[in-house]
Amino acid sequence: MTRRETRQVVARASDVKPGTARVVTVKGRDIGIFNLDGEFFALANRCPHAGGPLCQGRIVALVQSDGPGHYRLARQQEFLRCPWHGWEFDIRTGQSWCDPNSTRARQFAITVEPGAQLVKGPYVAETFPVSVEEDYLVIDLAG
Amino acid sequence: MNVPLRHAAASAGLTIVDCDIHPAYRTPQDLHPFLPARWREHMTTFGEHLRQGLSGQLAWPRMMAAGMRLDSFPEQGPPGSDLKLMQTQHLDPNGVEYGMLMQLSRGGMEERNLDFAAALSGAVNDWQLEAFVKPEPRLRAGIVVPQEDAAFAVSEIERRADDRRFAQILISPRSSDPLGHRRYWPIYEAAQRCDRPIALHVQGFSGGHASTPSGWPTYYLQEHYAATTGMQNTLTSLVFEGVFERFPGLKVVLIEGGFAWAPALAWRMDKHWERMRQEVPHVKRPPSEYVREHCWFTTQPIEEPETPAHLADIIGWIGWDRLMFSTDYPHWDFDDPQHVFKFQPTEEQKQKIFRDNAKALYGLQ
Repeated sequence: MTRRETRQVVARASDVKPGTARVVTVKGRDIGIFNLDGEFFALANRCPHAGGPLCQGRIVALVQSDGPGHYRLARQQEFLRCPWHGWEFDIRTGQSWCDPNSTRARQFAITVEPGAQLVKGPYVAETFPVSVEEDYLVIDLAG
Repeated sequence: MNVPLRHAAASAGLTIVDCDIHPAYRTPQDLHPFLPARWREHMTTFGEHLRQGLSGQLAWPRMMAAGMRLDSFPEQGPPGSDLKLMQTQHLDPNGVEYGMLMQLSRGGMEERNLDFAAALSGAVNDWQLEAFVKPEPRLRAGIVVPQEDAAFAVSEIERRADDRRFAQILISPRSSDPLGHRRYWPIYEAAQRCDRPIALHVQGFSGGHASTPSGWPTYYLQEHYAATTGMQNTLTSLVFEGVFERFPGLKVVLIEGGFAWAPALAWRMDKHWERMRQEVPHVKRPPSEYVREHCWFTTQPIEEPETPAHLADIIGWIGWDRLMFSTDYPHWDFDDPQHVFKFQPTEEQKQKIFRDNAKALYGLQ
């Protein structure tokens, strides 16, 4: 398998609105796609802690505090909380907030590519029709 | 993506007995068919008399989604109320051979009106059979009784005694008095006579006391550990009131209260009993012996020491034959059978904890 054959069109970019997520299946793997203010990220839908369906969890902020009675929300909507045990992961990196040194959610490379580009290349698998007018999300399983 | 892996694990022989599964009513009206008209009317008009600050609120603070796995909510009703979802999400993929139902609310153990409590108890026991055990024979009901009315509790236990679909007797460890008190002894006598363990699940509804000896906690994190100290108080009460001396056949299951504390508590009790046993001359043997003989512990939420293998030492001190696996499905902090142990138990140890200890205790084939 060449590297390019590991890439697959999974959604129209406009289908995943900012602040939302969608789970897609790519070659038998469930992968969550996240849109953080126009930037896209992809994580395996499997929590590295206990195997829960990670990407079906809530998208949350970090609550930080300088001391009792003080708190603030930081990095709003940039963390994913597993629906099972509540472990939180940085959507941008997959890094675990609970156990940052040794636990990381599997991340995949995801790019936005114009339909006009995709219809030219023979190397990207398509799961639905691609038109030249729109932008598409492409996941690389090797990435 | 997980499901095929789970089926492979189940078929590979890792079948389990789950000693803590929480069913739920779709609506409170689910109990109506099992309640006499007089108590249906009462329930509709007056509701339950839970002893907590805010009627209709959860009796405990919870971290997320009312304390439930976010993916455990059925299309209708609360988590645990949809048997089909319980089967497809938990019983089937996790290879559950038997599951012990833990029905904690609306079973009368929290109800001050003792006549209503008796009606609720009968109703919830019928409901467990009809809603869960008949359609899913892997499940086992518990005889839920109001511990504050021992005379009724005994009659309900005896009424169910011939039905082995009832595996144990559920009372609240947050009773009006510590459970070793003699007012509860008729229940233990009935349990011994009917050969059923007494199941004590933490967070059973309050007998009017705060969840910690120093008052109500502020945070969920505090509340979580109050369960552990509450269990310790219950166990010391049972030991020093002489319950195990009086009822040598009594078996007690401590559910969801942790277990790593048990050896340390037993050491302390032994040490002080040696020096001060004149106060409790009816306690004839070292407390640790009663604990070792009469008590079983469930695993969830399991302790995770920094060095995982230390947990094996602790289990060894308690007894590999006294620990039983539990998930607490559908709660958010459930333990998954494939991830629960951070050390490598031997095959024999795994079989005991995941299955054989519970089968032996509950008489399951």
